[in-house]
Amino acid sequence: MLIACSAIYCLKNVRSADVISIVFNLLLCTHPFKKCELHRLDQGPPTQALLTREQGLKYYRTMQTMRRMELKADQLYKQKIIRGFCHLYDGQEACAVGIEAGINPSDHLITAYRAHGYTYTRGVSVKEILAELTGRRGGVAKGKGGSMHMYAKHFYGGNGIVGAQVPLGAGLALACQYKGNNEVCVTLYGDGAANQGQIFESFNMAALWKLPCIFICENNKYGMGTSVERASASTDYFKRGDFIPGLKVDGMDVLTVREATKFAADYCRSGKGPILMELETYRYHGHSMSDPGVSYRTREEIQEVRSKSDPISMLKDRMISNNMASLEEIKEIDVEIRKEIEEAAQFATSDPEPPLEELCNHIFYNEPPMEVRGTNPWSKLKSIS
Amino acid sequence: MSSLFSSLKMMTKGAMRCVLITNHLKFFETIGNFQLLQVTVRDALNQAMDEELERDERVFLLGEEVAQYDGAYKVSRGLWKKYGDKRIIDTPISEMGFAGIAVGAAMAGLRPICEFMTFNFSMQAIDQVINSAAKTCYMSAGLQAVPIVFRGPNGASAGVAAQHSQCFAAWYGHCPGLKVVSPWNSEDARGLLKSAIRDDNPVVVLENELMYGVAFEVSEQGLSKDFTIPIGKAKVERPGNHVTLVSHSRMVGHCLDAAAVLAKEGIECEVINLRTIRPLDVETIEASVVKTNHLITVEGGWPQFGVGAEICARIMEGPAFNYLDAPVIRVTGVDIPMPYAKILEDNSTPQIKDIIFSVKKTLNM
Repeated sequence: MLIACSAIYCLKNVRSADVISIVFNLLLCTHPFKKCELHRLDQGPPTQALLTREQGLKYYRTMQTMRRMELKADQLYKQKIIRGFCHLYDGQEACAVGIEAGINPSDHLITAYRAHGYTYTRGVSVKEILAELTGRRGGVAKGKGGSMHMYAKHFYGGNGIVGAQVPLGAGLALACQYKGNNEVCVTLYGDGAANQGQIFESFNMAALWKLPCIFICENNKYGMGTSVERASASTDYFKRGDFIPGLKVDGMDVLTVREATKFAADYCRSGKGPILMELETYRYHGHSMSDPGVSYRTREEIQEVRSKSDPISMLKDRMISNNMASLEEIKEIDVEIRKEIEEAAQFATSDPEPPLEELCNHIFYNEPPMEVRGTNPWSKLKSIS
Repeated sequence: MSSLFSSLKMMTKGAMRCVLITNHLKFFETIGNFQLLQVTVRDALNQAMDEELERDERVFLLGEEVAQYDGAYKVSRGLWKKYGDKRIIDTPISEMGFAGIAVGAAMAGLRPICEFMTFNFSMQAIDQVINSAAKTCYMSAGLQAVPIVFRGPNGASAGVAAQHSQCFAAWYGHCPGLKVVSPWNSEDARGLLKSAIRDDNPVVVLENELMYGVAFEVSEQGLSKDFTIPIGKAKVERPGNHVTLVSHSRMVGHCLDAAAVLAKEGIECEVINLRTIRPLDVETIEASVVKTNHLITVEGGWPQFGVGAEICARIMEGPAFNYLDAPVIRVTGVDIPMPYAKILEDNSTPQIKDIIFSVKKTLNM
């Protein structure tokens, strides 16, 4: 311990406050979290983790940004500035942030339609996300995709058809294996999607070919308005991979998620094949903005999760009680984030809609310009790729 | 003696290509200065895949029985032996799963060829073809390409009954974001499949099982490793002045046969081989109609909302309408699920006599 402390002290760019917190971290970071239930695994991820101040602040900032971004989307939707589908992720932040912390940027990730959080963790700015939601030209997909179709490097959306993203993810993993680049693919789906046949087809092929695929079921207890008990004969989603080893993870704790993801990624990278993780999590909003979310569950249930298991509050409390950050510092971060979100919203509401000339573009990739039929035979529109 | 010697010389010159064509080489013809080889559609597809696999290591083939079985219809014969497990992948019977896997691999930059044993089974996976493959480039505003080929036999076969005989040209041809090709002969098969594999977009290649074993002459140019046929361009297989016959896939052969019979009666049909369903080459059809003033479409699929229906609509909306002396006629499969008994099956798809009848009707003879 002393050697470690002095080693750290010798690092040139470390502030003394940081040193102290690291020391405290080393002393107190072994904050035990819930042990993961295992399926076909002798050993699970570690039950304790090292959290540095820098990491803690980063996770806090990321989660809080995601939270405020989703709440801003809620606001804009109610003002009818966002339309159509809007599936919000608030409550589940620890999943996206923990997963990202457990993999490399060069790894791949694909998810379903509740994708704003992942779009952010995979590198798209709040500005571009909100502008995509409001359908403006500054959106990440130039306003052509909307809430469910946002893409980034090594992030494949955003997929609207429930369960379809799972075979896609297995295919991404196949490409990793084919190229031999030691990358893995994180393939997410929900408790509702878990009953899709194509997911079991993917499990079979992934296991057969030992694809480096981390299947992750984000179990937020409800598939739209149907609780897990009413949808699944077996709610042990981490066991549904049958021959694929699985683990059940507390998805409200960002550190647990991170350690489990690291464990899963190591497993896949070692060539053992796919692995399945179930993240127990919760969404505060209804299924989408058209669902108040209280006809199939009680307000008390929502309130209980908010007060006892909120991922952001839990991290904040942990950091403050371990003297890794002060309340003022956290408040400062909150203020910065609020400002960032406001500016992004400002952009998203003032940026113009895509020009009509864009209507037929991007049908194909790398294609010479072509003509597209409009709504009537005289309307001949131009398409460039 | 010297002619035998020159034949031998030409044979060794073509030896490399002959090795690829192996057992199904029919015979070797020389006509004038051009070397023409008889190549079956099956071998043409096989060669095309072989060459593209060799050319680009990102290309790979997956599907049921494509590897160790040499392909359900032997189209991929020899490929697994040559390229191994990594590039020729046998899948379990999981169309939706393996089509999705293929699309995902394409998104990550590989260039998969996804084989459906027949396109009837593609219905299980059609969501992946349309929603995951076709629409993605547009939805992502060009950020995410999907360079994938879906191929396999399409349409009626012989005695396989209703669930195994559907033509999907109209269904896939309906969707923006997809390219759909339908080769007829060996040259079509080679050139279109190679173009499809080299295309950075999702391409559906509708082959025909009954054509696999049919041999056609392929020119030396057609046998070259970089021979491609542009997607979206139809071909006039036979020029004529009196009536235009437009068709795709196997029916092109029927049209040419009908044209031969009609020629004896002095009726010269212009036969157009569409080659591509989407994008449809309306210009070639229009230019022909301007010349002949009569148009008949011939397809194996069902009439309602079909390829012929689309051609009718396009011709009406365009300049060629004014040159029509009669309404456009569609010759199609009968509007029923495909029956099994031979006499019923034979009468469920267009026969040569149906085409001849329609030509004479439209020419008021």
